[in-house]
Amino acid sequence: MLLLECPYCGVKAEETELSPGYEAHLKRYGPGSTDEEFEAYMFARKNPKGVHFERWRHTYGCGKWFLAARCTATLEVFGTYPAQVGEPPAEIIEKIKARRPDWKGYK
Amino acid sequence: MSTRLAKGGRLIDRSAALDFTFNGKRMKGFAGDTLGAALLANDQMLVGRSFKYHRPRGIVAAGPEEPNALVNLGSGARLEPNQRVTITELFDGLEATSQNHWPSLEFDVGVVNNYAARFLPAGFYYKTFIHPRPFWKHVFEPVIRQSAGLGKAPKDRDADRYEQAYAFCDLLVVGGGIAGLQAALVAGRAGARVLLLEQAAHWGGRAPVDGDVIDGKPAGEWVDEAVAALEGMENVTLRARCMAAGVYDHGYVLADEKVADHTPGDGRPKHRLWRIRAGKILTATGAIERPLSFAGNDIPGVMLAASVRDYVVNWAVSPGDRTVVVTNNDDGYRTAIALREAGLAVPAIVDARSAPAGALVEKARALGLRIEAGRGIAKVKGGKRVTSVAICLQAGEGAVIDEIACDAVAMSGGWSPVVHLWSHCGGKLTWDRVQACFRPDPGRAPLNHDGGAMVYAAGASNGEMTAAAALADATEQAGAVLAALGMKPKRAKAPVAEAVAEGPMEAVWIMPQGASVELKSKMWLDYQNDVKVSDVQLAAREGYESVEHTKRYTTLGMATDQGKLSNINGLAVLAGALNADIPQVGTTTFRPPYVPVTLGALAGEARGEIFQPLRRTPMHDWHERNGAYFEPVGLWRRPYCFPRAGETHEQAVHREVVNTRERLGLLDASTLGKIIVKGPDAGRFLDMLYTGVMSTLPVGKCRYGLMCNEQGFLSDDGVVARIDEETWLCHTTSGGADRIHAWMEDWLQCEWWDWQVFTANVTEQYAQVAVVGPNARKVLEKLGGMDVSKEALPFMTWADGTLGGFPCRVYRISFSGELSYEIAVPASHGAAFWEALHAAGAEFGAMPYGTEALHIMRAEKGFIMIGDETDGTVIPQDLNLDWAISKKKADYLGKRGQARNFLASADRWKLVGFETLDGSVIPDGSYVVAPGVNANGQGNTQGRVTSTYYSPTLKKGIAMGLLLRGPSRMGEVVEFNTVTGGTVKARVVDPVFYDKDGEKQNV
Amino acid sequence: MRRYSVFAIAREALRYHTGWERAWKSPAPKAAYDAIIVGAGGHGLATAYYLGKNYGITNVAILEKGWLGGGNTGRNTTIIRSNYLQDSSAAIYEKSRSLYETLSQDLNYNVMFSPRGVMMLAQTHHEVRGYMRTAHANALQGVQTEFITPQRVKELCPILNIEGPRYPVLGALWQARGGTGRHDAVAWGYARACSDMGMDIIQQCEVTGVRSEGGKVVGVETTKGYIGTKKLGIVVAGHSGQVAEMAGFRLPVEAVALQALVSEPIKPCMDIVVMANTVHGYMSQSDKGEMVIGGGTDGFNNYTQRGSFHHIEETLRALIETFPIISRLKMLRQWGGIVDMTGDRSPIISKTPLGNCFINCGWGTGGFKAIPGSGWAMAELMAKGEPGPLAAEFDMWRFKEGRFIDESVAAGVAH
Repeated sequence: MLLLECPYCGVKAEETELSPGYEAHLKRYGPGSTDEEFEAYMFARKNPKGVHFERWRHTYGCGKWFLAARCTATLEVFGTYPAQVGEPPAEIIEKIKARRPDWKGYK
Repeated sequence: MSTRLAKGGRLIDRSAALDFTFNGKRMKGFAGDTLGAALLANDQMLVGRSFKYHRPRGIVAAGPEEPNALVNLGSGARLEPNQRVTITELFDGLEATSQNHWPSLEFDVGVVNNYAARFLPAGFYYKTFIHPRPFWKHVFEPVIRQSAGLGKAPKDRDADRYEQAYAFCDLLVVGGGIAGLQAALVAGRAGARVLLLEQAAHWGGRAPVDGDVIDGKPAGEWVDEAVAALEGMENVTLRARCMAAGVYDHGYVLADEKVADHTPGDGRPKHRLWRIRAGKILTATGAIERPLSFAGNDIPGVMLAASVRDYVVNWAVSPGDRTVVVTNNDDGYRTAIALREAGLAVPAIVDARSAPAGALVEKARALGLRIEAGRGIAKVKGGKRVTSVAICLQAGEGAVIDEIACDAVAMSGGWSPVVHLWSHCGGKLTWDRVQACFRPDPGRAPLNHDGGAMVYAAGASNGEMTAAAALADATEQAGAVLAALGMKPKRAKAPVAEAVAEGPMEAVWIMPQGASVELKSKMWLDYQNDVKVSDVQLAAREGYESVEHTKRYTTLGMATDQGKLSNINGLAVLAGALNADIPQVGTTTFRPPYVPVTLGALAGEARGEIFQPLRRTPMHDWHERNGAYFEPVGLWRRPYCFPRAGETHEQAVHREVVNTRERLGLLDASTLGKIIVKGPDAGRFLDMLYTGVMSTLPVGKCRYGLMCNEQGFLSDDGVVARIDEETWLCHTTSGGADRIHAWMEDWLQCEWWDWQVFTANVTEQYAQVAVVGPNARKVLEKLGGMDVSKEALPFMTWADGTLGGFPCRVYRISFSGELSYEIAVPASHGAAFWEALHAAGAEFGAMPYGTEALHIMRAEKGFIMIGDETDGTVIPQDLNLDWAISKKKADYLGKRGQARNFLASADRWKLVGFETLDGSVIPDGSYVVAPGVNANGQGNTQGRVTSTYYSPTLKKGIAMGLLLRGPSRMGEVVEFNTVTGGTVKARVVDPVFYDKDGEKQNV
Repeated sequence: MRRYSVFAIAREALRYHTGWERAWKSPAPKAAYDAIIVGAGGHGLATAYYLGKNYGITNVAILEKGWLGGGNTGRNTTIIRSNYLQDSSAAIYEKSRSLYETLSQDLNYNVMFSPRGVMMLAQTHHEVRGYMRTAHANALQGVQTEFITPQRVKELCPILNIEGPRYPVLGALWQARGGTGRHDAVAWGYARACSDMGMDIIQQCEVTGVRSEGGKVVGVETTKGYIGTKKLGIVVAGHSGQVAEMAGFRLPVEAVALQALVSEPIKPCMDIVVMANTVHGYMSQSDKGEMVIGGGTDGFNNYTQRGSFHHIEETLRALIETFPIISRLKMLRQWGGIVDMTGDRSPIISKTPLGNCFINCGWGTGGFKAIPGSGWAMAELMAKGEPGPLAAEFDMWRFKEGRFIDESVAAGVAH
């Protein structure tokens, strides 16, 4: 039963208040993209056993989407941040590196 | 025999006698008894039959680890199978019956399995019952099923109710023994919000039974003071009869409080399920004593030594007049001493150790007890009750040295910390060679969301087995938890328990160590499932070497106690058989719940009509009063039809269709999704969302729109109205409102977050009524208040105004092909407006209609229905909806997906109408067959029906469906399959069956 | 191999069962094999078995990170059915179901396939139409199913409450020849048969790398050293993404936790398998008497083999409504497995971008029932280098083309 802090309203929200949304920082490929680009965007999602960046919506709270950095093997949460960014904020990256020295990094 | 002692019993009230029955026999007990204690007090040692061999089973333990003494409790709507007598508090009028036997507990036909036991070793069923093939299903399996199972299946709906509650704390302490109490005291004094749970009805755990002394006082007194001190702290909550069942991630704990198990039918909920979110969890859950593996250790009368002590001290019950104690550690001596002090006979203490020494050993010697050191039990004799034990050398092979008559055996094989809660979320264990047990490895605790330790352990559950060590550990662990919480313990003198000098235990996994295979096939590891030492050795021999393989092959530890007594002994035997170290073999996975939890408690109050959230429209009461037959649509309840007396549903639906087409129908359309989309970029946004163009829609007009997912598949449809320059109102399907609103927010927040758009789901703010039929305008004109004429309010426009005094927004849209107005009023006016329409409409033939009439009318008109014509694999182009797809737009959600070659293919199944040649109705779900079979031998298909009805308007069957290149095949006759193997011939026709030119709706 | 029979048991009983031989050997890996299967779960072992049985390829190693059958094969709710909607699904699941019928005899190991019947309840009119569609599809696919009335539902399962206040039962799709099996026995039976054919099952052997030359696989690095191979089959549900990454490609799968639970055992009260997809729950009673209950999946990537409690709660609410008598039974144990989910929730049995490397994954929540058919189709793919008709549609490139095999369209859940 995950506990994630909503970066908008500050509530430590429990999983039942949240809706999961899978991989974060996806780049959308629309008309004009190649079949390979579109397939990668739609289906070839990151599925790491370890540090993962993902989307959550505080559905039964403030209604906002936010992003979380979480370990899929231990469920440790490194941090949450607003969805309106292109890639993870530096301080989250720092925090993950501090906790997981052998992490290969985002991308 | 077992009996009640004349004196003593720290938990019973002898002034409060209680009557109960066991297998119909009347018995007496006292308030404070468990059912187990009361049964023993009435000399009822035999309480059940084992699972596989139907061997006689007696009470073994005094707590939740009990594997044998499971009964059917209560009857009728309060029948509860598999109730452990050892944790069932006695109440007046309790009825219990024993399980898994026929015809009776004493004479069980199933015991034939016991005599055949040699032919039924672990895994025998994998090796046999193979031939002849039909026999497994028809002969072998039914017999196995019937002889397995335990308690009776209830026949009635549960008469009790359950409730659920939430709790939050900084620290959850599980276990109200001295370690848990001390940890709670330390944390409570430091100001932490503490919740302390105890599974039993009383506090203190083992220490008061074991005669420990704390700060110079008997442990019981210290416990009373500690409880009083905790009760005086505002930041501390104590909850007895509350079992922590499972630890889930991020500090979530489930606990089952038995509120009214001991007072059934008093109106209170039977159980209360607590969902606790704890900052940190400290387990002080104690330890469980292990049996010893000697031949005949399953005969009724053989019990755990500490449990024997519990019965004597707590409930003044003597399990036997003459009890032989067999042990590999000093704690067993406590039982011998307690029995002797209660005036009972202990013919011998059989100690597997060659030179036992220590304060308790000395005390036993001083009491004159006979100690047989270096000895073991070769065999227990007896059938439904122990009659004697044969003594042998532990180091030998089981040659009998002496035989001692007795009627009970108290065994102690050492203690295993209760590490279940520690392990549920991945806490790791370490093997303690000195005490021969797994204990929590503090370096590998389960992790919390912040990466810190989530669970701590203290006292016996942390491997600190003596009172002195447990108390000291509790103080230390509580300090560590406080530090992790950023709090400081208050300076206070830590309580000290008197240390008792105990000699070391000696691991004994098989007694005697060199026992023959014949003896080992009589040594039980799992009493309930009948798994013996020989079975585990057989599993190892056959290559089932992993502890998980052995467990599953032999069923060791899979009984209702989940291996609380058997797991460690079993894996030690396995390690021995594999010549491996015990820690190398490892344990099986600990899973919630710690003790089984009633399913009703897990479901809570969500039962009956409210087992899921229930959504009702403002007109719901009217529908109920007028006999609506409802159907679920998502969480909504919608009238399917309004049958009149003597009408079938089908007849009612047909009447509603005809009446609507000929006179006036009223539909409660309130469930229709309504989402406001507003802002400077709202038009641009809707152009991305819909396949068509919404930004160009003039204010005051309506437009039909389609939404697709990114794959390109159709996901929702509805009419969009332009409210003002910056505002659109999007109608969605009834089931789709929440999903589509979330979909909008997803794109606005995560992709186009710089676009200035707001959305609001106002579905429930409005009641909506479809006023449909040739008389629709007449009834609205009669209500009056606004101009609803063709000129003022043409088709696909909307207007605000009042009707009959109700503020409303009127949309000229039609899903039936008739003259139709959809009228939204504020939800609070919905019921009154609905009634006003009926009153005014009576003279025009107004009748309500339901969802099925709606479906038929839209099918007659060739309108698609999301969920019927679509199924998540259909694109708008398949439904010939190209007119609703903008060719000019560079992009919309789904456009790229639709460009993939399989979706863009010319060989798609596309929408057409079908008319059977004989006027019959095509069966629901039928496929259009094609010649031949495919590579897998399956009949080929070329289409399928998506909507098929008898049209009361046209008086024949009509259908829509998808057909390979369908629109190019008009007039062709195709064949639909039937489930009985026949076919139905139908002609491919235009899907619009009714009023092709729209003369009815555009009036 | 010593054959198992009642006579063998009688013979052994006389010497207290001390004469039984190992069900499978525990060899050290050889330097190289004709084929290596990564993953000794049901699907991997079945693949190896049919490689040997159907194609005579027996110089095979099956590598297992943990213990054989220890993944999802040993932690599912053992339902076997083939009443699927789409042709390609129905074909492989029906092949699987029919192989299950004789599996005990084929393997000389009782896998306790019990064709007790599987019933999928229709509790909305929409669901009725969906199951009618499946019934018509099945009629053409050679899968025996029928849509039955609520009265027949009640006769087949008297403990079912067909008149619930929210979702009364309107009918059901009934597959009389579906049922359950003993999950561990399927893995053990295949393992014994593979070992008997001379194949090496190597447990506690984790693959840590895939070696290739000129775009073709040549071997795998493992915790027990390098092992060469001509062909590689990756059959590691739940960890498919990790192994695929070693082989240099990304799979369209995501790992999520799926939960299940059992009640304490009671005397027989339910002879069939019931699935109620509208309310999300399914239940059967095992031969031990436990009610075996399936829960839902979490919606986030998860490798922990444990899930969130609220799914259990929702499932039990649904099932107590459906089967009111279970309210006073007790939950004995709950657990989770890691399932990999594809974009259309259907499996992948496919060639890969790496030559001679094949993948079998994505069975989501419904893998157990597919074990024999999946192994059969995967063995054909590995032996011939090209998919046969059973696997043809399940290639990993279908997503790019939009060629979905979507089962959720009719039946909702695919357990």
